[in-house]
Amino acid sequence: MAKNISFTVKYWKQNGPKDAGHFEQKEMRNIPDDTSFLEMLDILNEELINEGKEPFTFDHDCREGICGMCSLYINGTPHGKTERGATTCQLYMRRFKDGDVITVEPWRSAAFPVIKDCMVDRSAFDKIQAAGGYTTIRTGQAQDANAILIPKDNADEAMDCATCIGCGACVAACKNGSAMLFVSSKVSQFALLPQGRPEAAKRAKAMVAKMDELGFGNCTNTRACEAVCPKNETIANIARLNREFLKAKMAD
Amino acid sequence: MWLLNSSIGRKVVMSVSGLALVLFLTFHAAMNVVAIFSAEGYNMICEFLGANWYALVGTIALGALVLIHFVFAILLTLQNRKARGASRYAVTAKPEKVEWASQNMFVLGIIVVLGLCLHLFNFWFNMQFAELTNGGMAYATNVSAADGAGMIAYAFHGAGWLSKVYVVLYLVWLCALWFHLCHGIWSAMQTLGANGKIWFSRLKCISQIYSTIVILCFVAVVLFYAFGCGAAC
Amino acid sequence: MATLNSRIPEGPVSEKWTNYKAHQKLVNPKNKRKLDVIIVGTGLAGASAAASLGEMGFRVKNFCIQDSPRRAHSIAAQGGINAAKNYQNDGDSVYRLFYDTVKGGDYRAREANVYRLAEVSANIIDQCVAQGVPFAREYGGMLANRSFGGAQVSRTFYAKGQTGQQLLLGAYSSLMCQVNKGTVELYTRYEMLDLVIIDGRARGIIARNLVTGKLERFAAHAVVIATGGYGNTYFLSTNAMGCNCSAAIATYRKGALFANPSYVQIHPTCIPVHGDKQSKLTLMSESLRNDGRIWVPKKLEDAKRLQAGEIQGKDIPEEDRDYYLERRYPAFGNLVPRDVASRAAKERCDKGYGVNNTGLAVFLDFSQAIKDFGRDEIEARYGNLFDMYEEITDESPYETPMQIFPAVHYTMGGIWVDYELMTTINGLFAIGECNFSDHGANRLGASALMQGLADGYFVLPYTIQNYLSDQITVPRFSTDTPEFDEAEKAVQNRIDRLFAIKGNRSVDSIHKELGHIMWEYVGMGRTKEGLEKGLQLIGELRKEFYANLRVPGTQEGVNVELEKALRLEDFLLMGQLVANDALHREESCGGHFREEHQTEEGEAKRDDENFFYVGCWEYQGSDDAKPTLSKEPLKYEIIKVQTRNYKN
Repeated sequence: MAKNISFTVKYWKQNGPKDAGHFEQKEMRNIPDDTSFLEMLDILNEELINEGKEPFTFDHDCREGICGMCSLYINGTPHGKTERGATTCQLYMRRFKDGDVITVEPWRSAAFPVIKDCMVDRSAFDKIQAAGGYTTIRTGQAQDANAILIPKDNADEAMDCATCIGCGACVAACKNGSAMLFVSSKVSQFALLPQGRPEAAKRAKAMVAKMDELGFGNCTNTRACEAVCPKNETIANIARLNREFLKAKMAD
Repeated sequence: MWLLNSSIGRKVVMSVSGLALVLFLTFHAAMNVVAIFSAEGYNMICEFLGANWYALVGTIALGALVLIHFVFAILLTLQNRKARGASRYAVTAKPEKVEWASQNMFVLGIIVVLGLCLHLFNFWFNMQFAELTNGGMAYATNVSAADGAGMIAYAFHGAGWLSKVYVVLYLVWLCALWFHLCHGIWSAMQTLGANGKIWFSRLKCISQIYSTIVILCFVAVVLFYAFGCGAAC
Repeated sequence: MATLNSRIPEGPVSEKWTNYKAHQKLVNPKNKRKLDVIIVGTGLAGASAAASLGEMGFRVKNFCIQDSPRRAHSIAAQGGINAAKNYQNDGDSVYRLFYDTVKGGDYRAREANVYRLAEVSANIIDQCVAQGVPFAREYGGMLANRSFGGAQVSRTFYAKGQTGQQLLLGAYSSLMCQVNKGTVELYTRYEMLDLVIIDGRARGIIARNLVTGKLERFAAHAVVIATGGYGNTYFLSTNAMGCNCSAAIATYRKGALFANPSYVQIHPTCIPVHGDKQSKLTLMSESLRNDGRIWVPKKLEDAKRLQAGEIQGKDIPEEDRDYYLERRYPAFGNLVPRDVASRAAKERCDKGYGVNNTGLAVFLDFSQAIKDFGRDEIEARYGNLFDMYEEITDESPYETPMQIFPAVHYTMGGIWVDYELMTTINGLFAIGECNFSDHGANRLGASALMQGLADGYFVLPYTIQNYLSDQITVPRFSTDTPEFDEAEKAVQNRIDRLFAIKGNRSVDSIHKELGHIMWEYVGMGRTKEGLEKGLQLIGELRKEFYANLRVPGTQEGVNVELEKALRLEDFLLMGQLVANDALHREESCGGHFREEHQTEEGEAKRDDENFFYVGCWEYQGSDDAKPTLSKEPLKYEIIKVQTRNYKN
């Protein structure tokens, strides 16, 4: 049976990218511990609205851990701490104790400017994707799907890389604000598949160049990204990206 | 130039220069160990590496490597600070996977460089440099610039309380270097793309064993001489 | 009453699409560059359409409310995508997929559209593989398939339990390729609030920039909406929080007809509601019913003790368990279609046999399967689902039976479209879940992804040219026209009106109430009295909305509450639409079950005599006026209409 807990939420308020921002806090009383973290914030907002205050703004959408929209930095960990790795929306209040102070912050990184409160602008990821995260094909002209045989192991590994949801937790956790885990997961997916090989060199160069241009930092292999990735992407992807990139540059 | 302009390129410069320095350290450690077994042998090596043209070229190359490694480190650190943005998290929890060294490579690097300065002052200044400028006599003490073993003995044992300070400083320095190497070696391999899911733990293991052996060699010499077991004192 | 011309091409059903493509009008490449198309939505349908049209050379403006096209809720689809590839050599064919889809839809879909869907399904797989979608493979390197409900063949392609994600990311990557080339302009965090019609043609939209709060105008030669379904009318559903019907309702208010709104699919295996603070329901894959057995206690007193939390499911002995699906449907057992399984669960819970504290849950038990196959095997099959369940409920399905309950999942109804996917407004197209399309009264598993991508990749890019071919002489528009002025002013007035209410109720509190009404009276088991009561309550709630809503903050900048308030206003209208359609449709079919119309065994009873048509609703100038009904009669040329039977 669910039990109720009471705690304090310290949440970040910031009016646009130029505002300095500050914390506000609210006591939450008797919240059932089978409430999800975001539902708890819904309750917080309901109370704020009823008190005539402005609600707390944060991104969220599917609430089942796949859309990658939710992006809260909870008690020092992107998406909050769980054993298996999960997004904010899959965090439940039973992970917290009576009397806790829960600090909620936005992703803090130069490439992710704050729009409002904990809602940040992650369009940089779209720009990186646009730089090369695709195979250039024409609709309707593809050959039969079974004409390309792909070893199961490669297909499975490509699938693991493709699982990345683009939430940006890797950037949020990285002390260098590096997007290498995100970029390498995309590059890896295509690098592992024959369909992706023709453009592999171009892709690696273009995506890395765009990532650098957008102000993401340099990877120093701290592994903070893979530790917080809700989809368990690994830095083996980063090694693969480095390989692809070096190969491409050597071939130039 | 992609080695300068791209993030991966800059990291490749760090990796390659770093690995080259690791090779140098390996050689240096091997050389030092000789000083435990035979002062004469060690001095022969010192003589070999004195103010000869090839040793000088090597010294310049080493200096350049250190400089490149250091300048790029500064560059990367500045860029990374900028990429992190102006605001800082109020609360941070370090995930268990993340090693302390990996997040503090720059600080460790600075300690290593400071230690290096001391080391250059203690030895290089009194040996190769002294050979060139002081007619073959060390500046610090009254021994020949080619008497490496004598220099070690003087530095860690013969200079009174100063020697004790040196020993402590060297141990701190070597400790920092150990942390720096443990992360640096596998990290360099990772940056060069020579890593994967299987090789990850192997490489980490190799870096740790390798760094430990190299650093232990250095530490052994320092302690050996600090306790007065070295020759010539 | 509007006249509905479905514009189905002549000829036998299997040749219609080929004939259509052979004779349709095309636009030459030079002229494509001069034509603008607005596409609202970036899910499977929207993103694939935008990518395809952009690549053909049209100038596309693509809008989404999220921060990136990749967030669209197509991403959450788990199971797979159907295609008539016959890779398994098990006798699949275009005809068989077509037949299964029509039958699964309880004979309420349009034959010609479904045939076309089945025809292009194979191309979708080719397209996605070429994009680098990592579908599951066999050791030989060939694509793997699995079987799904409502089919006798294995035709479902899948990528782990994340097929929707992978297909969407494939479409998204193609879309971003076009963004890079400059053929598609992307507008993220924009919400379409109105459609602009000039001289009887859809010519643009008014959208609110969700970051600045400003209303902006966009003009184009044609407008496509691909904005998904209206499941969130029920507040609690498996849809994402942002899913809404506002774009569809905006076009409905402007004259597009809304077809079959009462066809709402309720998915039987969702995690039950745990409290009144819940915001969303999580789907557990349908595949669980392959090995899980569904039951409630036989004795009412056991149910009472379960509800009070005094005992747990595992404490009830085997002989006191009622495996009601196996009892009622011996032939199909736990694998009856979604609508049947959902209704059976509701029936038990209504009688008081619910097994959790709210009395709204049944058990899905794996103890038998674990006994038969071993825990390791079950873990291999469902491990990740069990983990997800445990994360949410803090109970391990290995130890204690899972609790499930039906939840609103998908809406088969939507904006009426003809064979070309054009609505009753000239130049306005609707694709994907937001049109009423191909699923009839019930959608089969793994068919939603197929339809979204079929529309976006293979149907719309052709049919839209037939419309655009005579638009090549029309120059690009200015948005400085009286029509745009008027539309923007209307939206501004609407926003001002909401702010002016200054009541004391939050948007969510009213939305939750709407959800309760919808679930209670317009849910799984509908009656005339209930629907009338529901309509009355929604009417009262609408009054409450306009009297007592509080929208905090200002119009400038991000204001999530304002966004939700605008959407809720449309959900209120949508709720009435669903109830009206359900009230008029005096039969039971697929996702629509009228308790008055059931067989003696409690099964759905269709009335093909009187209701063999698409019910299309037309807006009458005001939200308060009752919409009028038009009918598009269904004509089946090759399929014989039959009664579905799952008992033997």
